Amino acid sequence: MRDYYRPIGQLFARDLPEDHMSVTTTELEAGFDATVHRGDRIEPRDWMPDGYRRTLVRQIAQHAHSEIIGMQPEGGWITRAPSLRRKAILLAKVQDEAGHGLYLYSACETLGVSRGELTDNLIEGRQKYSSIFNYPTLSYADVGTIGWLVDGAAICNQVPLCRTSYGPYGRAMIRICKEESFHQRQGYELLMTMMRGTDEQRAMVQESVDRFWWPALMMFGPPDDESPNSAQSMAWGIKRNGNDELRQRFVDMSVPQAAALGVTLPDPELRWNPERGAHDFGEPDWTEFMAVVRGNGPCNAQRIAHRRRAHEAGAWVREAATAYAASLASADLGVPAPTSADASQRETGVRA
Amino acid sequence: MTNDVRAEWPLYEVFVRGKRGLNHVHVGSLHAADDDMALRHAHDVYTRRNEGVSIWVVQSHLIAASSPDEKDPMFGPSNDKVYRHPTFYEIPDNVPHM
Repeated sequence: MRDYYRPIGQLFARDLPEDHMSVTTTELEAGFDATVHRGDRIEPRDWMPDGYRRTLVRQIAQHAHSEIIGMQPEGGWITRAPSLRRKAILLAKVQDEAGHGLYLYSACETLGVSRGELTDNLIEGRQKYSSIFNYPTLSYADVGTIGWLVDGAAICNQVPLCRTSYGPYGRAMIRICKEESFHQRQGYELLMTMMRGTDEQRAMVQESVDRFWWPALMMFGPPDDESPNSAQSMAWGIKRNGNDELRQRFVDMSVPQAAALGVTLPDPELRWNPERGAHDFGEPDWTEFMAVVRGNGPCNAQRIAHRRRAHEAGAWVREAATAYAASLASADLGVPAPTSADASQRETGVRA
Repeated sequence: MTNDVRAEWPLYEVFVRGKRGLNHVHVGSLHAADDDMALRHAHDVYTRRNEGVSIWVVQSHLIAASSPDEKDPMFGPSNDKVYRHPTFYEIPDNVPHM
C-alpha cells in the first residue's frame, strides 16, 4: 500500500517519476487531450505538455502581478479618501487585490515555479502585468471609474476563467470573481454619489470616464486575429472566449450603465446596431496599447520602482521572521536531559 | 539582487471549516515562517468575509498524497465491487421504505 503514496512535495515537481518513462509522450498527450476535451480539469500532478505549462505560468503570473501592481493606482487615494466610510471601503478593496494576487501566485506555484522567482520576474521586468495599471489616477473619481470600468472589464475576462482547464487557476478565479462584484459595485456607487453632487463633481466623473474608457477596452487584449497565443489557449481550454467577444460583451454591458449614471462614453462611433443585436464601437488605439505593453506607458517605471522598493524594504521583516521561526524550531528540538525514571524505564524495557 | 533573502518561507496548505457541522475543506496555500504566522496569514488571505469558523494549516511537505499516475491500482478495485452500491440489489417496487 505504501507504494501508492508519494510525498506531496513532488506535487510541484516538473519531472515524471522514472517508472513512467516507458509511457510514450504520445500516449500521455492523448490522455491529456481527452481530459481537456471531456471538460475535466487538469490538476498539478497530472502530465501536461510543456507548452501548456509555460502558457499557464505566463498567464497566471501576469494575472497575479496585475493584482499586486493594481494596488498602487488606488492605494494612493486611501489617505485622501473624503470620509472614513470611503477610506474603509478603499482599504478593504486594496486588501482584496493583495489577496487575489496571493491566490494566483499559489496557483502558479503548483506549476513548479517559486514565489521568489515570480517576484523577481516582476521587478526585473521579465513578466508583464495588465497595461491598465500603467495609467495614473489623477482624481478621486478615478477610484470610482476603476471600480466600475476596470473591475467591470476584469469581471468579463475572469468569469469564463472560472471554467479554465487548469484546476488551481479555476479555483482561484472563483474566489476572485466572488469578491470582484463588491469592487465594481462600490465604484459605481461612488460615481453615482458624485453625480448627485455639484457640477464640478459631475465634471470630474466625466473626465475620469473619458480617460479610462479606451484603456478599459484594451484590457481584453488585441483583436483575435492579432493575438498570437489565443487559438492555442482556446484549444487547451485555458481561455474560453475570444478577446473580441469579451470586449463586445463589456461594451454592451457598460452602455446602459453609463446612461443610468448620466455620463457619455468617449466614442463617436458607439451606437446600437439592431441587425447585430449589439453595439458597434470604435477601434482602440492599438499603437498606444503596444507602447504601454512595451513599457512606455505613463507609469510603467514608477509602478515597478515602487514594487521593488516595497520588496527590498520588507527584506528585514522576512529575515527576522525566518530567524524567529528557526529559534522556535531549535527550542522545540531541545531535548531535556533524561531523568533517572527515563533511564530505569529504558533499562527495564517498559517503553520498548 | 536580494538572493540572500530568497530562502523562502515554507509552503502551508490551508483548510477552513465553513460553519459548524461541516468538515474543514482545503482552500489554498500560502507561505509563512512558522505555524502562528501561517494561521494569521490564512485568516487574512482566506477568511476576509466570514468564510469560516475554524482554520487548519499544515506544512505542505508533511502531507502524504496518492499520485494521479497510480489512479488505477489505487481506485480501480472499487469498480470491480459493484455489490458495495445499493443499486446492485433488485428489490420489488411494492416493498416500501427501502
